[in-house]
Amino acid sequence: MLKRRIIPVQLLVNGRLVKPTRFDTWRDVGDPVKSSKVYNDQTADELVFLNIERGGRTIEPLLTLIQGVSEVCFMPLSVGGGVRTFEDAKRLILGGADKVVLNEACYRSPAVVKAISDAFGAQAVIASVDVRGADGKWACFSDCGRAEEPVTLDAHLAGLEAMGVGEVMITSIDREGTMTGYDVALLNHVTTRTALPVIGHGGCGTYEHMKEAFLGTRADALACASLFNFGDNNPLRAKAHLANSGIAFKVV
Amino acid sequence: MIGIVDIGLCNLRSVEKAVYSRGGDPVFVKGAGDLKDVEKLILPGVGSFRAAMERIHDAGLYDPIRAFAAKKPVLGICLGMQLLGGWGDEGGGTKGLDLVPGKVTRLEPGAGLRVPHIGWNTVELTRPHALFEGIKPNRDFYFVHSFHLVPADPADVLGRTVHGPTFVSAVARGHVVGLQFHPEKSQANGIKIISSFLEWDG
Repeated sequence: MLKRRIIPVQLLVNGRLVKPTRFDTWRDVGDPVKSSKVYNDQTADELVFLNIERGGRTIEPLLTLIQGVSEVCFMPLSVGGGVRTFEDAKRLILGGADKVVLNEACYRSPAVVKAISDAFGAQAVIASVDVRGADGKWACFSDCGRAEEPVTLDAHLAGLEAMGVGEVMITSIDREGTMTGYDVALLNHVTTRTALPVIGHGGCGTYEHMKEAFLGTRADALACASLFNFGDNNPLRAKAHLANSGIAFKVV
Repeated sequence: MIGIVDIGLCNLRSVEKAVYSRGGDPVFVKGAGDLKDVEKLILPGVGSFRAAMERIHDAGLYDPIRAFAAKKPVLGICLGMQLLGGWGDEGGGTKGLDLVPGKVTRLEPGAGLRVPHIGWNTVELTRPHALFEGIKPNRDFYFVHSFHLVPADPADVLGRTVHGPTFVSAVARGHVVGLQFHPEKSQANGIKIISSFLEWDG
């Protein structure tokens, strides 16, 4: 039986690990290669790195990072933020990434997404979908939450499969960094509208929030940053806590 | 030296680093000439069966890999395990390396289960094997695939995994081993398998 996954998300600015709130006002929380090594030892299920620099973003910081991380981490590694072209994805995957995370490209250039999927396989493509809103009314945003997209969430999700996307990471911008809990209604909405594996993200502040989202939705994985960035929390402890509720994780 | 077959478009860095971290001397095999000093061969890969077989033929590696496998240990990982089979259904059908006779078909897990099969899942060994020595039974390994190899000879089955129906997640035939999961992505237990492969006499 496939296990649920816990995925630490690491956000980057100028090669440093940062943590924002609602996509804004970030603070420095450390060195990403060192933290990744620790996550590897704490048997995190995979790692996601997102470059959230504004303006003039290139893939160079991710490329440097992935080379360092792939020497110390033997687990699935996903990178995103500023991945625009087929060549960007190719350089990152050949450089050590297993998956690229695409957001804007899914709205602007479906043909590029399809080309990446055709060349590297659907499993190498995560579509990151950022939304604002609640209670059945969610609007899609791109450009680090700054540009509202005209497409509805349902229409966008439907389009992703045709583009050859292999996984969907859904982020509630309103919850991001607030540590007030996942938007469970959003996760339920998305998991029933796509046949793709779904990674829920945004708002996790306690292990109880994970429990609520794992037990209350069919999300395949939960991603979080704040919980592990601040305080004495880590994937090992999270799983020890959640195992009490019968949620199955990998046995190592 | 440990040869890693490089058929182009995929992340080989993790396999290379995993071999290197366990004291192996990895070298990329892009053509028959690169096999000269190779003692063991790893056939990694993700993606399309058909495209991968085309690249193996284009690189002039089809017969050399088969000749190598007749004498020395070979480890197929993920798509690399599927390529060991005789026939791949995908894209109209393609002949494989035929080192572990069988057919590669799409996973059909049934209602509610997702394809690609992505994530950590249990591998239940059907018999002991040198590559799994020191690993407790029923551990989880990292999978990411939509197709699987169905061996023609049940004696070649080494491990099984449940995703809807049970599928064969590991095969072993002589000194040819295939793993549907990624040991190089499966943390400590996965690296143990890489380590055992380096020590294995085949």
